[in-house]
Amino acid sequence: MSDCHGCQFEALHTGAHGQHTVALVGPPNSGKSTLFNRLTGLRQKVANFPGVTVEQHTGRAKVKAQRDVVLIDLPGIYSLKPCSEDERVTHDVLTGRMPGTAKPNAILLILDSTNLARHLTLAVPILSLNIPTLVILNMADDLRSRAGTVDPAALAAQLGAPVALVSAATGEGVDKVFRFLEGTAAGDHRPNAPLIQLPVIQDVPKCRQWAMRVGQGSAYQAPTPSVWTRRLDSIFLHPVWGIVMFGVVVLAVFQTIFSGAAPLMNLVQNAISSSGIWLATILPDNFVRSLLIDGVWKGVGSVIVFLPQILLLFLFIGILEDSGYLARAAVIADRSMRRVGLQGKSFIPLLSAYACAVPAILSTRTIENKRDRIATIMIAPFMTCSARLPVYALLIASFIPERPLLGKFLGTGAATLLGLYLLGFLAAFGTARILKSSLLKSDGTPFVLEMPPYRWPTLQGLALRLYDRAKVFLYRAGTVILLVTVILWATAHLPLHNGKPPEIGNSYVGQLGKTVEPVIAPLGFNWKIGVGLISSLIAREVIVSTLGTLYGSDGNSQSTPLQQALQKDLSLGGAIALLVFFAFAMQCMSTIAVVRRETGGWKWPAAQFTYMLVLAYIGGFTANYVLTHSGTGVLAWLK
Amino acid sequence: MQLSVNSGSRTGPNRLADLREGDHGVIDRLDLPEDLARRLMELGFLPGNGITAARSAPGGDPRVFRVDGSEIALRRDTACRVFLRR
Repeated sequence: MSDCHGCQFEALHTGAHGQHTVALVGPPNSGKSTLFNRLTGLRQKVANFPGVTVEQHTGRAKVKAQRDVVLIDLPGIYSLKPCSEDERVTHDVLTGRMPGTAKPNAILLILDSTNLARHLTLAVPILSLNIPTLVILNMADDLRSRAGTVDPAALAAQLGAPVALVSAATGEGVDKVFRFLEGTAAGDHRPNAPLIQLPVIQDVPKCRQWAMRVGQGSAYQAPTPSVWTRRLDSIFLHPVWGIVMFGVVVLAVFQTIFSGAAPLMNLVQNAISSSGIWLATILPDNFVRSLLIDGVWKGVGSVIVFLPQILLLFLFIGILEDSGYLARAAVIADRSMRRVGLQGKSFIPLLSAYACAVPAILSTRTIENKRDRIATIMIAPFMTCSARLPVYALLIASFIPERPLLGKFLGTGAATLLGLYLLGFLAAFGTARILKSSLLKSDGTPFVLEMPPYRWPTLQGLALRLYDRAKVFLYRAGTVILLVTVILWATAHLPLHNGKPPEIGNSYVGQLGKTVEPVIAPLGFNWKIGVGLISSLIAREVIVSTLGTLYGSDGNSQSTPLQQALQKDLSLGGAIALLVFFAFAMQCMSTIAVVRRETGGWKWPAAQFTYMLVLAYIGGFTANYVLTHSGTGVLAWLK
Repeated sequence: MQLSVNSGSRTGPNRLADLREGDHGVIDRLDLPEDLARRLMELGFLPGNGITAARSAPGGDPRVFRVDGSEIALRRDTACRVFLRR
């Protein structure tokens, strides 16, 4: 709070801390983020604008200047009329009204050169801001290959602002952007002086006519339609093949993350266990060794193993999104989504919820209708996020014997996993249906979605996504999960009995687990699972490290791998009940926090947490009951 | 709301929703709430602009339209309220 006053003041002048800030502005699908990645590389960070839910991507530009040049990647907008939250944020930042964010010293306006006539309408409100602006005509390679032309010099003369024809994907012409950044940082400010009168901003048809005239005056020749986009759409939006491809894409994602990740995961697993063994040989046998080996290595290590799987999932979603397929998938999904009262735009957040509910809930911003948006937020945590994968993978590997079901294509393990994904999916859609026919009823909401042309995802874009994700995952493993692991190890070894650690059942954590045991016993869970459930309120995957530590600290199971220790300790009914419990329950503090922020209060997250917990308990109880009462038959079938 | 009831029976083949794949027309007016009309105009659905019906989701709804250099998907109920010149 203390420096807020200063920020406001500085915002009017040179920007906070003498930095030179440059805003990236452009319509959705103009390649803004690709350019941002190219200009900043790894020197970027993601935060939230204060008070709103819009993500703020900032990064230092790789330029030689006396001052740091900080780039802000603003949300994609079609106009500067503050209609949606995204547009309001962009509007407020550009006019210097966003608290804590300095008014930018310069603007990079990124337009898609293959669709210049329409994108130029955004130049009207941006140029009237009187901030030094570089107009970037992106996708120059596409324009050329599809026989379009434009004269940047003629356009610059008409707009009174410099124009650069670039391709952010290939790097062509990006040097001009760097030169502009260096120039403005050195104080080379030239306000825009458009040669032709700007039209009234609010009048869309007038703006469009203006853009048309400017385009004609710049010898703009629109490119021929992308042949490849048409060809691919004739498959992906085909009445029959479209649905087949949709199914193939979804199945391929699941099969690859489950079986394709295995070799990588084995590699990580081996690295962790051999380093643990090596560490055990060099350390003296005391409590430090016990903490490191039984606590940290077994606990944190059991979570880090899943890094390859999670990265693979994010890689797939990144490819689907960057290539332009997700927009088509949303069109195909719209009909089914409508049946439960939602719309195609909810499909994109729900698909990314398979990776993580937090970015998914943030991406519901694109849904204009508030009730649709809340309904999507409410059901997103049911989608099987990557944090559930470690739990599922551990239990499936321990309790479901691997047998081929459909030849090589589908084994019992993958089928169980698919079943759990389906369970979450059905719970989500059932809930949506209930919500949209009661509390969140709304009449016909519009579905308007631009289909971007298909493009090759850039390696840099994908690599940055994975880098970000790995950083978040490892950061969590190194902080929260490490802390929980150490606390667990300590409470599992205290109170000391005659100077020696107690038997684990008599330790503090054992006492805690045994207190909750009666509540969870009907689900077939023992007290160790109970401790796991409590610790997994922080994040789902924590249960794996907790069980790793608990069984690692237990004299009876210390030398056995976690899988075998679980097999001895948990019935099949209890294991399946645990899987079902995790499919439904909302054990994730980050999700609860983000839902609270997005819905503006505790009402929705509290209702959501309770509802999902009750559903998880009932589901777990039913699974355990059915399996213990008809368990022999199921077991016989499995064997 | 009454408008939509009336327009359903009154209008014949001059609605955007009635274009079949590959058909072409010229936009006349948008009979939609202000915010939605504005968003569509920003996307190129301006009176006087040509528009072509392209591929659709299985079942014909939503449908992709080519207008002003881009491809935009709309549901049938929205396309019913976009009128074409005869």
